[in-house]
Amino acid sequence: MTDTLPDKLETLSPMGRPLRRKEDARLLHGQTNWTDNIQLPGTVYMAILRSPMAHARITHLDVTPALSEPHVVAAYSAKELGDLNGAVPCVWPVTDDMQAPAFPALAVDKVRHVGDCVAVVLATDRNAAYDALDAIEIDYDQLPAVIDLESALQPGATLVHDGADSPGTNECYTYHLPGTGIPYDEAKTKADVVVKRRFINQRLIPAFMEPRAVVASPMGVSNEMTVWSSTQIPHILRVLLALVTGLPENSLRIIAPDVGGGFGGKLQIYREEILAVQIARQLGRPVKWTETRSENMVATHHGRGQVQDIEIAATKNGKLLGMKVNLLADMGAYLQIITPGTPLLGMFMYPGIYKMDAYDFNCIGVFTNKTPTDAYRGAGRPESTYAMERIMDELAAELNMDPMELRKKNWINHEDFPYATIAGLVYDTGNYEAATDKAMEMFDYDSLRAEQQRRRASGDPVQLGIGISTFTEMCGLAPSRTLGALKYVAGGWEHCTIRMLPTGKVELITGTSPHGQGHETAWSQIAADILGVGVDDIEVIHSDTGRAPYGMDTYGSRSLAVGGQAIKKAAERLIEKARVIAAHQLECSVDDLEYVGGAFRVKGDAEKAQPLAAVAFEAFSAHNLPDGVEPTLQAESTVDPQDFSYPHGTHLAAVEVDTETGKTTLRTYVCVDDVGVQVNPMIVEGQVHGGLAQGIAQAMYEGVEYDEDGNLLTASLADYLVPSAADLPSFTTSTTETPSTTNPLGTKGVGEAGTIASTPAIINAIVDALRPMGVTDVQMPASPQRVWRTLQEAKGGNA
Amino acid sequence: MSQIPISVTVDGLTYDDEVEPRTLLVHWLRESIGRVGTVVGCDTSSCGACTVLMDGQSVKSCSVLAVQANGHTVTTIQGLAEGEDNWHPVQAAFKECHGLQCGYCTPGMVLASIDLLQNNPDPSEQEIREGLEGNLCRCTGYHNIVKSVQYAANTMAGKDQPAELTGGAR
Ligand code: FES
Ligand code: FES
Repeated sequence: MTDTLPDKLETLSPMGRPLRRKEDARLLHGQTNWTDNIQLPGTVYMAILRSPMAHARITHLDVTPALSEPHVVAAYSAKELGDLNGAVPCVWPVTDDMQAPAFPALAVDKVRHVGDCVAVVLATDRNAAYDALDAIEIDYDQLPAVIDLESALQPGATLVHDGADSPGTNECYTYHLPGTGIPYDEAKTKADVVVKRRFINQRLIPAFMEPRAVVASPMGVSNEMTVWSSTQIPHILRVLLALVTGLPENSLRIIAPDVGGGFGGKLQIYREEILAVQIARQLGRPVKWTETRSENMVATHHGRGQVQDIEIAATKNGKLLGMKVNLLADMGAYLQIITPGTPLLGMFMYPGIYKMDAYDFNCIGVFTNKTPTDAYRGAGRPESTYAMERIMDELAAELNMDPMELRKKNWINHEDFPYATIAGLVYDTGNYEAATDKAMEMFDYDSLRAEQQRRRASGDPVQLGIGISTFTEMCGLAPSRTLGALKYVAGGWEHCTIRMLPTGKVELITGTSPHGQGHETAWSQIAADILGVGVDDIEVIHSDTGRAPYGMDTYGSRSLAVGGQAIKKAAERLIEKARVIAAHQLECSVDDLEYVGGAFRVKGDAEKAQPLAAVAFEAFSAHNLPDGVEPTLQAESTVDPQDFSYPHGTHLAAVEVDTETGKTTLRTYVCVDDVGVQVNPMIVEGQVHGGLAQGIAQAMYEGVEYDEDGNLLTASLADYLVPSAADLPSFTTSTTETPSTTNPLGTKGVGEAGTIASTPAIINAIVDALRPMGVTDVQMPASPQRVWRTLQEAKGGNA
Repeated sequence: MSQIPISVTVDGLTYDDEVEPRTLLVHWLRESIGRVGTVVGCDTSSCGACTVLMDGQSVKSCSVLAVQANGHTVTTIQGLAEGEDNWHPVQAAFKECHGLQCGYCTPGMVLASIDLLQNNPDPSEQEIREGLEGNLCRCTGYHNIVKSVQYAANTMAGKDQPAELTGGAR
């Protein structure tokens, strides 16, 4: 079309620049498309009757009285729903003999956690649907609730699942991973010191800000069932909804419109999604459901929930010999998409950045009468990092050694990479020394230690504590073969299609599904760099299986590490096709062409050139294409990652603990993360900030509490303490850059790093402040009351 | 249920409607008049996602009944600067300082920040943090939200932006 060449031969690459986000104009003007905004003609609203009890038999249930309430169109319990009462699937049977009880969308005979779905009412008015729930008749016969993980495993314990096929235990599975080295017990015989600790990694609620919502409409074109859902995984959801409902996959279209956060909490196929689709099908009209925050707290999956028995063996010089991990992992009442696998995502990471001769990992999954657990930001890796980094500090104290010195003594040196770990992974690259040196300098470690000494000596009631966390994580889920070996049923590849349109604009179709990560901006940067077009000439299309049919979605810090590779390859393939067309137009051989500044140029002849946009038009008009070249200019790539990538970093926290009140103030937080090559450092920094807030929240503020009957005590945002701006400081963040060698962009992952690293840094700091008073652990969240009590107990007082 | 007539001016347009007495302002905005830029994040007045300005003061629109808005003027995120090319200085600052990720808390954050700056045009970091205490964000860790408010304060006062707020070259 246009024959004008770009003025500059060398345009500034958009890679690595903090470009402001394309997403922001609409988000900041309220021009958003949240699922709850969707209002289709003829919609009925779904309201759900949920169990108020943790464990009970349903002795009487009659939904018919609800049918005579105003505006009510239908009401269902499991009985009325019959075969349409689909079962929530679990796609990760971690062992061959795992106990995998049925999880019907509407409870059958028994309820197993507060919030379990019992019945639904559909009405043409949202309030009327909720009002009509009161008319449903239901009686329960309450059963004892299974809450504590150890008691749950005792012989004779009440069974969460006691059906005909129950194995008669609350144990879901037992998993053992032997390390690649010598047996742990053998390593231990050489030890001068063995430190054992039990850490409680408490349950957390993802608490994304946009509550879940789903709209299922059977009114699509060509018999299509269109499902809008506030989900992280539209593509996986499509496959699973097809399997669960029996609807043909090719008639299901899933759209995740604007999605307000996920953090793993929307990496799920939920009961409510299944119900909406099945009922929409039954009624032949759109069904809409939006959860209230109160429902969110009991019915959106929780995260973490582990009892961690950790043992570490070392010489008196501080050389690590081995580590043994015994976990009890709380599954909650049912298995959801990857409930059983979530704790196992941490099993490779307990040894962290350290060398040792022996490693032994055991995990028992346990059913309880609580909300199911599943992935929450970091999923398994925050738990492992917490345990490792906490016990390193305890070992340092035992050895009377500076905790950083102990770490330096044991970590993998930068010249040791690639390094095969005791847990069986190969870390491709890393430079723990560089990140640590930078962080220590920014933090001013030595002066803080000096201040700590002064305060200790003067008996200051406000003590200073310093906490360290030197971590790594595996991200970029995942090589499909590895997933297969772990019995996860799907693959870990990612897809990208790039289309150059006749007007020179670009469509980049990705299989990732952003919900705050800025993919529209970052993906444009990657493609613009290769295509030589403007970032604003690229439109990123995502999260709609009708427009972006292939993908594996967004979780596990995978989108850039895996999806980025597909973008790069698709863009390069597009250029290769364009090169053939351009060579034909310019009457030269492809080898005579170089592609610079958005145009093909004949080497040594500055006058002979063709911009990419012109090639795109030629590909569209197809008047003069070389023989055998098909019209249109597009290319695609589906990439299976060759391995994980391993971001790492050094996080340092300084806290002030008021020993009279137990109040902890986070004074300084410094972190240096190595996330490899950065596409957009502004977005990277934002991801680190948000991750830090969630990890710090686990240490200081958040924790799910149940009473002994299984009532959720932290059932609202007034009781479950998601931190506000007033609860957190500003952070001092920086990065080092050791490119990953497992992907051609050299990127790693950053979405979970801050969350994984920060929790132990905070608790290590609090314990460090109080160690002279005999404190060796503080249970999370370290509320003032808890810190004060711990201190009293350590002093031998009766708290 | 009996319906009560109301007349409310929202983002410059006056709407005459009839509502159930229990209808919350946020639900009326979203479901009756289609101003869906304002969102709901909780049912305990804890999150601030629903914040709007009523007669220029910030309120949580889930804590106000639609009937209480009768005769008043409401400004939502959609009425601050119509069209994507027009920006209120606070909106512009949030973009410039990356003060949002998923954007769900953003309408509430922006309106709460406008109210904060009206009352305190030159707030300290601590005053910003305390002033936004009623608005939860799960994505950003607040670091860049605080910067956004500082940046907006400087813009509105006609001051130069210090280097730490400008976030590097684009
Ligand atoms: S919706 Fe949460 S405060 Fe209004
Ligand atoms: S940007 Fe997502 S909740 Fe604030």
